[in-house]
Amino acid sequence: MASFIRELAKNRVMFLMIAPALLFFALFSYIPMIGVYYAFTNYSFDGGLFGSPFVGFDNFRFLFESGQLVTLTRNTVLYNLVFILLGNSLQLICAIFLAELPGKLFKKTTQSVMFLPYFISFVLVGAFVLNLFSSENGVVPTLLEQLGFPPYDFYMHTAPWKYIIVFFHVWKGLGYGTVIYLAAIMSIGDEYYEAAKIDGANIFQRVRRITIPMLVPTFILLILLSLGGILKGQFDLFYQIVGQNGMLFDSTDIIDTYVYRSLAVNFDIGMGTAAGLFQSLFGLILVLGVNYIIRKTNEDYALF
Amino acid sequence: MKIKTEKSTLVFNAAAYVFLTLLSLLCLLPFLVIITGSLTPETEIIAEGFKLIPNRFSFDAYRAMFTNPIQIYRAYEVTILVTVVGTIAGLMLTSMAGYVLSRKDFKYRNGLSFYIYFTTLFSGGLIPWYILIVNYLNMKDSYLALVVPGLLSAWNLILMKNFMKSIPDSIVESAKIDGAGDFAIYLKLILPLSTPGLATIGLFMALAYWNDWFTANLFITTESKFPLQFLLYKILASASVLKTSIAGNLSPDFKPPTETLKMATAVVVTGPIILLYPFLQRFFVKGLTVGAVKG
Repeated sequence: MASFIRELAKNRVMFLMIAPALLFFALFSYIPMIGVYYAFTNYSFDGGLFGSPFVGFDNFRFLFESGQLVTLTRNTVLYNLVFILLGNSLQLICAIFLAELPGKLFKKTTQSVMFLPYFISFVLVGAFVLNLFSSENGVVPTLLEQLGFPPYDFYMHTAPWKYIIVFFHVWKGLGYGTVIYLAAIMSIGDEYYEAAKIDGANIFQRVRRITIPMLVPTFILLILLSLGGILKGQFDLFYQIVGQNGMLFDSTDIIDTYVYRSLAVNFDIGMGTAAGLFQSLFGLILVLGVNYIIRKTNEDYALF
Repeated sequence: MKIKTEKSTLVFNAAAYVFLTLLSLLCLLPFLVIITGSLTPETEIIAEGFKLIPNRFSFDAYRAMFTNPIQIYRAYEVTILVTVVGTIAGLMLTSMAGYVLSRKDFKYRNGLSFYIYFTTLFSGGLIPWYILIVNYLNMKDSYLALVVPGLLSAWNLILMKNFMKSIPDSIVESAKIDGAGDFAIYLKLILPLSTPGLATIGLFMALAYWNDWFTANLFITTESKFPLQFLLYKILASASVLKTSIAGNLSPDFKPPTETLKMATAVVVTGPIILLYPFLQRFFVKGLTVGAVKG
């Protein structure tokens, strides 16, 4: 304690400089952690935090036994797996193509175009979906009808939405990931390629034997890092595409949209907090697990 | 000397051109349908639906929007205010904290770094956070709710710390020997040397504020306080129709534009991002390649 006070006096200015940030995280991150207590209550607005009846693990039991938690977790995990694998593979392919192509203007243009979706808001993605698929006058239903298909209402079927959601997720992250992989390719030494050229390796052999093996560590690292967040859902994406359309929840509801609805639609504070706490806790365990694996294989890349 | 291109290279390049062109078109397609959608006459949409290329172009939606643009102007004001204040304040707090955590002679830097990092690993979740802001901080329907909760992010702070760590220690040491205080070192030496980092992180913050609709959705109830993206969301969801005073001075077969107005709003709201895009993109690419993959 004495040493802390001495330190405080000596570095007064530095403590003052970091104090607002420390206060911010105390207020917006640590104090809400006390609020996970809601998960163990049957929350009532009169009772508040500690005045609501304590129900133990009832909320969790209900979520689990009703099958909701299983569905939500399955949806969240499966969507994220597809996002991660498909997204990273496409980004990797784009980066390899971009690195090897000669035309500078073409490379610049395509890279700019592919990065564009990263900068727009998810509300605009919602506008795209409305324009493309809306039941009355969307581009796609109209086009299908013109081609002689029977009328198809996208909002009455769950099947297409999985693909629509995956498409827009990959679409939004393509440019960002490509830049990361492109930077990794640029850091591979020219001497490998020169040597391979002299030995008569063609471009496919060079990509297969040099670029890809050299990128595998980055690829695996990025995938492992994303796996740590596999329980975290992309609320913006799902909410802007599917919204409150209950017809589609079976295949499009994730933990984050469920928690949001508990708060804003059903006012089921206890149940929503319980689902959120489940997500946070398992997320933490996952990150610790992933970090342990990375630490075992390549300590430099471990998160902590 | 002319180097003969190998046949395999030709095949590779052809595949690359086709693949990248197709992906680029897919990236542009949604933007195209929004723009043409906003330029299609309402009657055509009702009769035939949205099309990639309309039969006829019409500026009715834009004309209707700009006969009474108060709502859009107001939302622009809110968004610009929130983005500017939030980004400047956030950048100040982030850079000060990042500076302290990057100082090797600051005894508690590891402990405090973990204190900040831990918030990315575990959180109380959306609902306790919401209840805190509404019930305890009384920020419901206040501009503060749009700015304050987004001021700092642990990721940006860690990124800033790493940027500043790459500045040689000797600079701080020699300034200290010359008798400079900790704040003066930050202000006069560290900040100017971290301009690339400040620009990248500042752009991240500004983009997050500009594109934010979620906090407004949770906390803002008064229409005059809606930021742009939330206004667009409301209009798309048809929950609120953009107030337009359409008098009979337009063509006789004129239908009040609703579908086209949605698309025109989307264009007007996204416009600035697209205009600034070449500049934004250059900074982002630079920042991304300077900063490491991990935090």
